[in-house]
Amino acid sequence: MTATARKAQPASEAKPLTEPVMTTATVVALPKPMRSTFRPQAILAAAARNIVPPLVVVLIILGVWQIACSHPGASLPAPSQIWTDSADLITSPFFNNGPQDIGLAWRVLISLERVAIGFGLAAFVGVILGAVVGQSVWAMRGLDPIFQVLRTVPPLAWLPLSLAAFRDSNPSAIFVIFITSIWPVIINTAVGVRNIPDDYRNIARVLRLNQLEFFFRIMVPAAAPYIFTGLRIGVGLSWLAIVAAEMLTGGVGIGFFIWDAWNSSRLSDIIVALVYIGVTGFILDKLVAFVGTIVTRSN
Amino acid sequence: MTSYLKIDHIDKSFERGGVRTDVLKDVSLTIEKGEFVSIIGHSGCGKSTLLNLIAGLTRVTSGAILLGNTEVNAPGPERAVVFQNHSLLPWLTVYENVNLAVSKVFAGKKSKTEKHDWVMNNLDLVQMAHAKDKRPAEISGGMKQRVGIARALAMEPKILLLDEPFGALDALTRAHLQDAVMEIHARLGNTMIMITHDVDEAVLLSDRIVMMTNGPAARIGEVLDVPIPRPRDRIALSADRTYLKSREAVLKFLYERHRFVEAAE
Repeated sequence: MTATARKAQPASEAKPLTEPVMTTATVVALPKPMRSTFRPQAILAAAARNIVPPLVVVLIILGVWQIACSHPGASLPAPSQIWTDSADLITSPFFNNGPQDIGLAWRVLISLERVAIGFGLAAFVGVILGAVVGQSVWAMRGLDPIFQVLRTVPPLAWLPLSLAAFRDSNPSAIFVIFITSIWPVIINTAVGVRNIPDDYRNIARVLRLNQLEFFFRIMVPAAAPYIFTGLRIGVGLSWLAIVAAEMLTGGVGIGFFIWDAWNSSRLSDIIVALVYIGVTGFILDKLVAFVGTIVTRSN
Repeated sequence: MTSYLKIDHIDKSFERGGVRTDVLKDVSLTIEKGEFVSIIGHSGCGKSTLLNLIAGLTRVTSGAILLGNTEVNAPGPERAVVFQNHSLLPWLTVYENVNLAVSKVFAGKKSKTEKHDWVMNNLDLVQMAHAKDKRPAEISGGMKQRVGIARALAMEPKILLLDEPFGALDALTRAHLQDAVMEIHARLGNTMIMITHDVDEAVLLSDRIVMMTNGPAARIGEVLDVPIPRPRDRIALSADRTYLKSREAVLKFLYERHRFVEAAE
């Protein structure tokens, strides 16, 4: 009833106005789109959708954990125990009380520095090797089987060899990062390069682009989505490898911190460090994915 | 006197797994400067192969292709190609796509502002200057093909090769682009070779129509002159006697004497 009445109204109004409406019809006051204005309700709603469910799950896990480990003689510390043992590690990540007593954020940063060097080298060498393998049938036939074998070698299996070769723990750890994270970069880049449409290659041939121009103007942008898939897998692997490598090589990284804590039976500290490692790995992964979406947005 | 483009007794065959397939057999054709030549034939007759040979993207098996006095044996910007599916680079804007060609072809020959003017000049020619900052994904199929043509023209080619340039477009857009190509041809006097399977398009645009027999081992079956004065207008031509006769000749060639037999594949 109301719907028909509403529909009929503008029609009856418009009738006597046919002529002038032609010129004034553009002046219609539409409600302004609220896109640019700040809407706290919408932001809160989005936050609630994304943050509340994991928060609830974490609380449930902590609750179950607390119940399971609070009886006397439990082999692992309960959350309340962790808080009493290691509150300083949780609340002040950036303290610095001398060479071996520093906040976990510092340790994470030191590990990240090694990852940055090792992974940066792996990304650089991996993209170039991947481009060669993807571009040349013979390079693929020769190198691909070797890559497929080497990529299955676990990161730590490289460590004794690299210790023997570099005779120092820091370059050895960096080498382990490099050798762990390079394979997915190579393999994904090669697939991306192999999938460059023939049309793009023909354009390059008609324009007589040289190898270098082809690499930067066509190959890298065309294969960028694949390259970033490889980089994302690679950065995850390198974070896995650094913690393991540091446990064996020592130093001040987050991996060695866990080993050190185990040797002095500080189980609570280990659990706090695990959370740091997990959060850092998560951020690293999101960071590479974010750079990837920005770079490949136009594809 | 040598002709502008001379295709001299070329054969093309592909070998795969020890099996030799003849695609083109003894094809000869000369094209004069400023001519618009269409190559028409059923699908699979090797007309695209012929264009790729002229472009230098594939090599002839025997015979030779001469542009001016130089033999064609590699691709180059003096034989610019407009590809069927536009093949613009999706990560570059319209301007950057044309500029890629201009900055490469005119490296060291034009100043920075001259290059910019030349890019805009060519975008103007295809009426795409307004979309210079758009990316290929943001413009329509017809607009992409316009940019593809602008990119090819911007190389200042001796000969422009169009590989079924309007094949993927709807009929109305196709008509617009045909008019645009005719206008460009009239204004710049380029030599153009176009592959098509559309009889009306061939008759409307061409000075000569090269009709190919069916493959394998396709030959040039017949070459038809289209003596319709330019500028041509599609509406006036629809009742023009020369137009209708030319159209009939092509249709007869394609559907009476060289019917496409699918079972022959």
